[in-house]
Amino acid sequence: MIEVGLGHYLAVAAILFTIGVFGIFVNRKNVIIILMSVELILLSVNINLVAFSAFLGDLVGQVFALFVLTVAAAEAAVGLAILVVYFRNRGDISVEGVNMMKG
Amino acid sequence: MLANLAFWAFSGVAILSALMVVIARNPVRSVMFLILTFFSAAGLFVLLGAEFLAMLLIVVYVGAVAVLFLFVVMMLDVDFTELKQGFLSYVPLGALIAIIIAAQLVMIGMTWQASEQAMALRAAVAPDGMSNVEALGLVLYDDYVYFFQAAGLVLLVAMIGAIVLTLRHKPHVKRQSVSAQVGRDPKTAVDLVDVKPGQGIGE
Repeated sequence: MIEVGLGHYLAVAAILFTIGVFGIFVNRKNVIIILMSVELILLSVNINLVAFSAFLGDLVGQVFALFVLTVAAAEAAVGLAILVVYFRNRGDISVEGVNMMKG
Repeated sequence: MLANLAFWAFSGVAILSALMVVIARNPVRSVMFLILTFFSAAGLFVLLGAEFLAMLLIVVYVGAVAVLFLFVVMMLDVDFTELKQGFLSYVPLGALIAIIIAAQLVMIGMTWQASEQAMALRAAVAPDGMSNVEALGLVLYDDYVYFFQAAGLVLLVAMIGAIVLTLRHKPHVKRQSVSAQVGRDPKTAVDLVDVKPGQGIGE
C-alpha cells in the first residue's frame, strides 16, 4: 500500500474544490445548493491549510483554518438570512430574478 | 497501515458524498450528504493530528451550519423539481470548467516543490509533548489574540445582520411592553368615577 503523504491530502482537497465549482455551475437555479457548494470549496481550502500545517509542523496553518471556519459560518448565516428575505419577497428562490434587487 | 486505510476510507467517503451534495435531487438529502462530507473531513483532520479543528468542524458545521441549512430547506416552501429543470443541460459546461480547473491544479501539483528555506521560515513550530489543543491555544491567545477578537467581531456582525435582515414586526400581534407596564402609576391607571344611584356607569 502506498504511504499517504502531503500530496494525497492536497489531491483530496483539489477534488473537493473541483466538485464545489462544478456544483455552482450545475445547480444554477438553486441558491441553497450554490451556498452548499461554496461551503465545500471553503472546506477544501481548510484541508489544504491543515495538511500543510501538519506536514510542516507549523501551527499557524491551523490558526488560519480556524479563521476561515469562522468566516464561512458567518457567511452561511448571512447568506441564508438574505435567502429567507428574498423568498418572502418573491415566493421562490430562483437565481434568475436576483437582478430585481438592484437599486 | 491502519492510518493509511483510514485515509482512503475518509477521503473516498468525503469525495463521494461531496458529489452527492451537488447532484442529489432532494435538497434535504444534499444537506445530509454535506454533513457526511464534513464528518469525513473531520476524520482526515484527526489523521493529520489537528484534533481541535476536527472537533470544531463537527460542532460548528454539523451542529450549526448544516442545521441552519436544514431549517431553511425545510421551512421555505420551494418547488424543488422546478429548480432542478435544466440540470442536464448545464452538465457539459460545468464538467468542462471542472476538468479545466482540475487540469490546472494537477499541473500545479506536478511542478510544485517546497522551498528549501520553508522549514526555517515556520512561524509557530508545534512543540513536542504537548497536545494539539494546548499548543494551538498557546499560539492563538499569545500571538493571534487580536485576530481572535476580530473573528469574534465578524461573528457578532453576522449575527446582528442576520437578525436585522429576517426580523419583521407583524402589525396585529400584541406584544408586551415592559416599560409601559412598569411606568404605570395610580394617577394614570385608576379612574375614580362618581356613580349616581340607579344609573350605572354607562359608556
